Amino acid sequence: MIQCKTSKEIGGMGHSIKRKEDARFIQGKGHYVDDIQLPGMLHMDIVRSPYAYAKIKSINAEAALKIPGVIAVVTGKDLEKYNLHWMPTLMSDTQMVLPTDTVMYQAQEVAAVIATDRYAARDGKEAVMVEYEPMKPVIDPHKSLDPNAPVLRTDKPGKTDNHIWHWEVGDKEATEKVFAGADVVVKEQMHIPRIHVASIETCGCVADYDKVNNHLTMYMTTQAPHAIRTVIALVAGHVGLTEEKVRVISPDIGGGFGGKVPVYPGYVIAIAVSFLVGKPVKWVEDRSENLQADSFARDYHITAEMAGTKDGKILATRFKVLADHGYTDASANPSKFPTGLFSIGTGSYDYGTAFMEADAVYTNKPPGGVAYRCSFRVTEAVHAIERMTDRFAFEVGKDPAQLRMENFIKKDQFPWKSPTGWEYDSGDYHAGLQKAMDAIDYDGLRKEQAEKRKRGELMGIGISTFTEIVGAGPSKDFDILGIKMFDSAEIRVHPTGKAIARFGTKSQGQGHETTYAQIIAEELGIPAEHIQIEEGDTDTAPYGLGTYASRSTPTAGAAAAVAARKLRDKARKIAAYLLEVSEEDLEWEPGKFSVKGAPEKSKTIQEIVFAAYTNHPQGMEAGFEATHYYDPPNLTFPSGAYICVVDLDKETGEIKVRRFVAIDDCGHIINPMIVQGQVHGGLTQGLAPAMYESLIYDEDGNILNGTFMDYLVPTAVESPSWETGHTVTPSPHHPIGAKGVGESPTVGAPPAIVNAIVDALSHLGVTHIDIPVTPFKVWKILKEKGVA
Amino acid sequence: MKKEITVTINGEKHTATVEPRTLLVHLIREHLRLTGTHIGCDTSNCGACTILVNGKSIKSCTMLAIQADGKEIITVEGLATTEGLHPIQEGFKENHGLHCGYCTPGMMMRAVELLADNPNPTEEEIRWGISGNLCRCTGYNNIVKAIQYAGAKMRGETLPSTEPEFV
Ligand code: FES
Ligand code: FES
Repeated sequence: MIQCKTSKEIGGMGHSIKRKEDARFIQGKGHYVDDIQLPGMLHMDIVRSPYAYAKIKSINAEAALKIPGVIAVVTGKDLEKYNLHWMPTLMSDTQMVLPTDTVMYQAQEVAAVIATDRYAARDGKEAVMVEYEPMKPVIDPHKSLDPNAPVLRTDKPGKTDNHIWHWEVGDKEATEKVFAGADVVVKEQMHIPRIHVASIETCGCVADYDKVNNHLTMYMTTQAPHAIRTVIALVAGHVGLTEEKVRVISPDIGGGFGGKVPVYPGYVIAIAVSFLVGKPVKWVEDRSENLQADSFARDYHITAEMAGTKDGKILATRFKVLADHGYTDASANPSKFPTGLFSIGTGSYDYGTAFMEADAVYTNKPPGGVAYRCSFRVTEAVHAIERMTDRFAFEVGKDPAQLRMENFIKKDQFPWKSPTGWEYDSGDYHAGLQKAMDAIDYDGLRKEQAEKRKRGELMGIGISTFTEIVGAGPSKDFDILGIKMFDSAEIRVHPTGKAIARFGTKSQGQGHETTYAQIIAEELGIPAEHIQIEEGDTDTAPYGLGTYASRSTPTAGAAAAVAARKLRDKARKIAAYLLEVSEEDLEWEPGKFSVKGAPEKSKTIQEIVFAAYTNHPQGMEAGFEATHYYDPPNLTFPSGAYICVVDLDKETGEIKVRRFVAIDDCGHIINPMIVQGQVHGGLTQGLAPAMYESLIYDEDGNILNGTFMDYLVPTAVESPSWETGHTVTPSPHHPIGAKGVGESPTVGAPPAIVNAIVDALSHLGVTHIDIPVTPFKVWKILKEKGVA
Repeated sequence: MKKEITVTINGEKHTATVEPRTLLVHLIREHLRLTGTHIGCDTSNCGACTILVNGKSIKSCTMLAIQADGKEIITVEGLATTEGLHPIQEGFKENHGLHCGYCTPGMMMRAVELLADNPNPTEEEIRWGISGNLCRCTGYNNIVKAIQYAGAKMRGETLPSTEPEFV
């Protein structure tokens, strides 16, 4: 049972209060970027490259410009005049806004057509004639480092190969030693394929430059409006767009999942055009453009190894990664972490030796490396460790649940130092797995499986017991383009005791308008329904790094609690003054201070706030406001225990996820309804790459599934009925003991599903199948083994 | 080339002059400024644009505005009445059937027709019934619950619990 300290009326932590934001969404009054229509607004459409690698010989806009309504065609050469044809990526690499001579991936932006309406812009796009000279692209990352591979980034002086960076962590020699002496070593090659967040709203913006006041208002689909404003000022400051002249507004966002963190060329072109013509310019990409050109996620080729004893003790792991970054490194990682938080890959297990390394390469594919509902490459790491744990259990002939129980870090070992340098804050992995096993009747399932196997039926049970790492991050290590990854909250309580609070984060569906209000309600006793939450406007909200990687609760949520506590301290002073007692004589209960031993003498928070404006003690600052910039002392480490049951059709290879139980531990829960909703959604986004999604390129760099007709986002039919539950292990360092949850299920679900499928086939000698595991892959295996 | 058409949207008659190629969704969103109907794809797969045309759920990106000439259209803005929310809206709100809200109008319009055709659908029927509508956020569990809730409400039955089963 989740304990609530506040009444239902106050609606603090633990209450499943209904979402405040829903009223507008269910009545068609959400306000998304494409809903914005400004007077005189122009529309922009983008001409894209049909080739993965080609020289641009000419761009002829003549026919396009004759189309009624088309007013301009913008090319790289036009932007070059203002030095706006290149931009930095979040990883301090560089990316073309529009090319001046070469295109580097299919669907790359080549020119922009500006017109008075959407249809004219599209006509213009069709009419722009571009002459290309195609070149042989580098598509396979394994071949990218061949000495005879063409060097792709000729724009970088002195670059002689396609290598981007090398990264490593852990103790290489010690790991080698353990591997050399171990009874058992298992090894698998795995590819975590390129996928796309495919939020149902695509990306877009309205750039509205006001010439008279030299002021830009940028409405855009961004998860990090403040950082974007700073980036705009850094890139365009030289033409007069300094930071105080730029206002970024992120209105309602139709799903982000990391895909709305980067700066895309379309945004920059829209700003440039608005700046030049002095009119608002709207750019909203199509779904196909979104899938084909915007940031991908994953695309890690991993060689994973685990060493252990023959009775099932894990001793060491070694992961080697080849990371395909496409044409530029446009990952959305903290600066010091080129592989994100991949080094969480030692998992939930108690062993002391590990080594991980990664090499990133350029290829002729779109740039990216964003989250897909994941905290910077944690999904890749979790997939590797959870698959290898099963692989090891199989090798030593142990039940994978039992092997996990025997290897888990125990709850009294926290804070726990991982061999790759993290300090896990808290966890109780045994409790989580036990709860999941009880919920799904694990022993019963194993019996059923044994009987079915005798009858030749294929059933599998898969487990994933993952440790997550979120809440980036402590300023000593975490920054994006130099800006530290704190986040902020500002609370203003009005004289009548109602409040508005603003944050540096930005909800894309996570329910911040409700959960942040609950945190403040918990701390101040003001009913959540009387606390209005605002985010996304850089002119009004305090600076913060935005919402991604499950960081909002760990950072801005903490800021809300600390700011509210500052106000509670002030409230205590005012109450003491009003009740004519000393502060120490007062006792707090949600919503009021009363005198110890004389509870009838009390002041409600509303009375206290009113006094802050009408009758505050002399010498005290009037008003009732507080701001806090929260710099987390550590990351938070949520965890989960997931169990999946699959049935495979022997004849067709069809995979049915029969049951899926997810037990999550995200520390203290703010709103169980919302947390559960996040888990449901994350699980379907875990199912997606496990069984359906991957962006596929042919050897010429053509994308083979760049539309919603063939990029398979799961529907309600593919998605099973998820069964969810929780354990609570509070984060000891977080002000409200919360850890964050949005991405846990997406991180944890794929290995549970794959482990189940492999388990169903393990008696045939199958030890690994790469995701997405499709019926065709299963059928081929069954055919090979003579089963189908 | 432009053509004048008349459509009734949410009970109000509107006349508009459109190009023959204008998509119905653009007529609704850009000419009539009813922006609750969304666009999520260019291949008629996502269902974010779903509306009712003469009572049938239609992906409005798949229909030309001129094909709607003389027809009765209901969009999400036409669901609530002076009496209050439509049961499907209440269902979505009470059961946390939405996160970002982008798929929600289309999802609800589809559900309205689903319940009109089949007032007491099974979970399986609901899942197949909304399989032309994509949601990237919710994982569908609570959308199913929302539709079950709306069905119960429309049938005048006791409403199912809206407490999360998150124990
Ligand atoms: S916009 Fe996707 S189906 Fe209509
Ligand atoms: S609620 Fe976001 S797409 Fe459905």
